[in-house]
Amino acid sequence: MIRIDKLTKHFGDAEIIQETSLAVRTGEIFTFIGPSGSGKTTLMRLIDLLDRPTSGSIFFDGRDTDGTEQARLTIRRRMGMVFQKPAVLNTTVAKNVAFGLKFRGVPDAESQKKVQAALGLVGLPDVTDRRAVTLSGGEMQRVALARAIVTEPEVLLLDEPTANLDPVSADLIEDLIIRINKKSGTTVIMSTHDMIQGQRLADRIGVIMNGRLVQTGTAGEIFYQPGGRDIARFVGIEAITGGMVLENTGGHAVIKAGDSCFEALTDIRKGQRAALYIRPEEVTLTPADSSQVKTSMRNQLNGRITRILPYGPYVRVTVDCGFLLTALITRRSCSELGLAVGTEVVAGIKATAIHVLADER
Amino acid sequence: MDDIAQGVTQAINLIVTLNPDVMQIAALSLYISLSATLIAALISIPVGGFIHFHEFYGKRALIVVIQTLYSVPTVVVGLVLYLMISRSGPLGFLGLLFTPEGMILGQTILIIPIMMGLVISALSGVDKSISDTLVALGATGFQKILEILKEARYAILSAVVLGFGRAIAEVGVAMMIGGNIRGNTRVLTTAITLETGMGEFGLSIALGIILLTVALIVVVILNLITSGLSHDTQQIPGGPNG
Repeated sequence: MIRIDKLTKHFGDAEIIQETSLAVRTGEIFTFIGPSGSGKTTLMRLIDLLDRPTSGSIFFDGRDTDGTEQARLTIRRRMGMVFQKPAVLNTTVAKNVAFGLKFRGVPDAESQKKVQAALGLVGLPDVTDRRAVTLSGGEMQRVALARAIVTEPEVLLLDEPTANLDPVSADLIEDLIIRINKKSGTTVIMSTHDMIQGQRLADRIGVIMNGRLVQTGTAGEIFYQPGGRDIARFVGIEAITGGMVLENTGGHAVIKAGDSCFEALTDIRKGQRAALYIRPEEVTLTPADSSQVKTSMRNQLNGRITRILPYGPYVRVTVDCGFLLTALITRRSCSELGLAVGTEVVAGIKATAIHVLADER
Repeated sequence: MDDIAQGVTQAINLIVTLNPDVMQIAALSLYISLSATLIAALISIPVGGFIHFHEFYGKRALIVVIQTLYSVPTVVVGLVLYLMISRSGPLGFLGLLFTPEGMILGQTILIIPIMMGLVISALSGVDKSISDTLVALGATGFQKILEILKEARYAILSAVVLGFGRAIAEVGVAMMIGGNIRGNTRVLTTAITLETGMGEFGLSIALGIILLTVALIVVVILNLITSGLSHDTQQIPGGPNG
């Protein structure tokens, strides 16, 4: 639906988007994730043809979008965009939602019906005559969404649609996005810095860092096979250590890191350096003096707990076992196991839970 | 104090009895200043809009010049225009000196800077995100400008009201270009100057009160027109429906 070819965008000397290429398929939910300031908004604005790229091209449905303002307007009218901070005009909710239709010359009677339907879809059927500026943040974001979908766009762009919302409003918006995508087959391109949201909603994810699209894939690929150290850190993998591949038989490798040996799945050959990535929730902890030490785990590490941090219903436990390993376990299991700073523990990691990349250093 | 009290009584008397002389002067004041306001608005809103919506070399300098001209003395506008339209001046053939039309021209020139400057401020007050939203919703360049003008309507109204206020209250242009000819170019402010000079303080005060009454009526009407543009009623946030 949207194909981006070698796109760059400069503001003065700053290179906000560095040569980026990407194809978004018709009907999918594609999510850009990346830290704040990584260029997500700039990229979304380029796709909606609000700004012109410094170089490179964007193709909409196979057509190059470069051209006169009139030609770009025609393409832009096939898309809808919701900004991170919704701006409403100082008039009624119904008139706010009707703007897109008014600009396209849709007759009043038809427009009113569509506006009512769109407001019904976003769960705000009763606020049509209210002044839009008196709405709450969550309501305004839903009005902005209704305003974008009322023109039945082929592509819906959502820039951090839930960034400023409370969890309940955010859930509502997420449900709506999925419903719109399923019901109308609308291609959705959204951005978020919330990885969990990206995982929940997206068919595919593109990771943007420092203006560059560094990895594209399904949520599983991004979260379990991050393409590099920065991505790993961004998707929440903290225990990273480097080592040397001692042997590799058919993809089943033994890697020596510090004093410990790990078994993991990788194609990296014997004698080469490798970096190990371990998701904290894949690490199990057992007190060293306990009889319950599981033997099914291929990788067992002895260590001492150096820090315990609460993390919602979970706790993050940092274990020093030659390198620092982080485990994410529930509060309950932490207290049942009697874990505390200083406790000697055995950390277990399944071979399949270790992600190995060629060492970048 | 006697003069003021006497003036109030006289004003009421003049208004109630619809004194033909006073009514003629008030009507002429209103005609001249409203015409000037209308012409100035028709120039200031589009040109101010053009300056706001376009980037060009010297834009900031131009805005500084416009703002400086807020303070131009009425007598300077009167003097320069006098030299232009007097019989020997370059525009003397138009025969505008000592006519109401000449006064309209003078007041228009006088209030254009303040109206244009405030229109630019009013448009700058509309957040950039509003403009982005309109473009993203598929507005053409013209549709976008129209909606932003509507969004800034109350601030633009202030610009127009202030322009009208400066026009109806000024003496310099009216005196130098109009000449205070009875029944022809005498307006409220020049009449007040004349009557005060002749010691008719009561009548002067009466004319001042009439001037303010005229201004009040115009401002109320302009406000009603602006609210009508938005087709919705002002609600107080936190009120019964807000």
